[in-house]
Amino acid sequence: MDSKKAGRRKFLKGGAAVAAMGAIQSATGQTPVPAKRSLKDEIAYGERSHFVTSVRVPVLERPSPDEFGLTFHVLTPLQDSVGIITPSSLHFVGTHRGAIVPEIDPGEYRFLIHGMVDRPLEFTLEELKRFPSVSRIHFLECLGNRGKPEHKTVQQTTGLTSCSEWTGVPLSLLLKEVGVQKGASWVVSEGSEEVKGAGSIELAKAMDDCIVAYGQNGEPLRPQNGFPVRLIVPGFEGIYNTKWLRRMKVVDRYYMTYNDYGHISKDPKVAALTFQWGPKSVITFPSGGQKLPGHGVYQITGLAWSGGGAVRKVDISTDGGHTWKDAEIRGEVHRMAHTRFGMNWKWEGQECVLMSRCTDELGQVQPTRAQVAKVFNVPPDYYHNHGVPGSDNTIVPWRVATDGSVYNALA
Amino acid sequence: MRLRSLLLLVIAVVVTGGLCHAGWAQSPTYGLGKTPTAEEIRAWDIAISPTGKELPPGSGTAKEGAPLYAQKCAACHGATGSGGRAPELIRSESTTPAPGKQPPCLSPCIRGANVMAIHSPYATTIWDYINRGMPFSKEETLKPNEVYALTAFLLYKSGVIPEDQVVDAQSLPQIKMPNRDGYVLPEWKHGMPRPFPNKP
Repeated sequence: MDSKKAGRRKFLKGGAAVAAMGAIQSATGQTPVPAKRSLKDEIAYGERSHFVTSVRVPVLERPSPDEFGLTFHVLTPLQDSVGIITPSSLHFVGTHRGAIVPEIDPGEYRFLIHGMVDRPLEFTLEELKRFPSVSRIHFLECLGNRGKPEHKTVQQTTGLTSCSEWTGVPLSLLLKEVGVQKGASWVVSEGSEEVKGAGSIELAKAMDDCIVAYGQNGEPLRPQNGFPVRLIVPGFEGIYNTKWLRRMKVVDRYYMTYNDYGHISKDPKVAALTFQWGPKSVITFPSGGQKLPGHGVYQITGLAWSGGGAVRKVDISTDGGHTWKDAEIRGEVHRMAHTRFGMNWKWEGQECVLMSRCTDELGQVQPTRAQVAKVFNVPPDYYHNHGVPGSDNTIVPWRVATDGSVYNALA
Repeated sequence: MRLRSLLLLVIAVVVTGGLCHAGWAQSPTYGLGKTPTAEEIRAWDIAISPTGKELPPGSGTAKEGAPLYAQKCAACHGATGSGGRAPELIRSESTTPAPGKQPPCLSPCIRGANVMAIHSPYATTIWDYINRGMPFSKEETLKPNEVYALTAFLLYKSGVIPEDQVVDAQSLPQIKMPNRDGYVLPEWKHGMPRPFPNKP
């Protein structure tokens, strides 16, 4: 009987403790939830907090998957990003025709280099890993990354860019291994998805800094990003970074593949604005769809990058481009990589337009749409409703309304 | 004594290290990878140059291509080559969007003329793409004659070649495409800026 009483007292005490804990938890907004995964799974591969709900979304212009079941373009939630690395799960996905992600057994994987070479060679994944590796942080950006007036958020204006640490074999090393012959000037790389998407890049770029990559952010590539092996062509339009890489042919001319012909231009001025990305940046906070909760101090922050190399400087304007101030670079600067910038800012309730402007190591400066319009002899507002020629690295302005709501100022 | 053996060790390391290094320099390869046979390479190699040098034997005409198109392509691309769920293949005035009314520009980003037979500077691009990527979910099932015939059909329907022209490995690269001179290629160099606009 005594022991029973003691047990009940203990239970009550315990209950009080649990109740007290519950009160503390709700006071701090922490509500315990039943674990959805087994402890074994939790130990094996960690998950983010269920409070974190940042997700990718398809582009506005095209459903994904479409009625053929093909994935097109899926956008990275840049508005939620911190630092410079995009989590692999949130890396944007772009495919040319649209593709069904191929299932490739890494044990069966083969990569062939042939064409104008002395020794054509076929590598297994295991053999690729026996070469000296490099790990480099680079952005990847799709040519379709074009802000439009109808886009509400930075995810929609600019979410077809992401940044990862890529690990793999320098392509130049493999090309030396096979012995590129005199007269060769281009390479054609080819994926193993159902359309076997292929693209041509100049041999000079292939020998410069490209990576035959098998690693992304410390683990194997994700299937949507080319598992088990993809090409990384730093600073070039996304499409040249062939996913599910199966073959490279060394050739003596531009091959005009399906992927290539979509990118050609007759106008040398336009053609010069393809292949390599120009300097670009975007403010991720405050950005479209967000709301400042009140007056006071905020950090304007965003990402800057350039296909021309390292970001040298970022300017921020809080008055629609009339005056500019130097932003701080917050973190490491890598060549052809997202670079985090920021600036203290006191908002006092006024309506204003925020802009960022990137200058890279080559001295290239990110343009406004009006500046591009001037070069192409069209009215200053022409490119508000038309895509700019070549790859679009123009400034996306955000308008902060007096109630703190943030809107796309192109609208 | 101890110092001497240490010295000897250092010398040994330097000498063998040097030899190793020399060995690397003399060896042209890591010795990794397998040398594929010519047949293996042929089986992999589906990239067709604008010169057509990789094109296989075979031939086809637009007449032969018409029933093939109806059977293998029309369900997705539309009976007339436009208005289907899949991209337009045959240009028609009624489906050519007015300037400013083009579909959203994701790649291939060819405003107002996103038809391969109109826009590609070389007919080889059409042959290459049908061969590698079509029909959807039955890729690489078409025989070379069928690919030649379908290429001929699209070119005929787009007004590029006459209906009875025989398209084969020799004639395909010779076809004068409407956009033959429609591109320039910028030369890429390390550290090369874009030409403009690059002033604040």
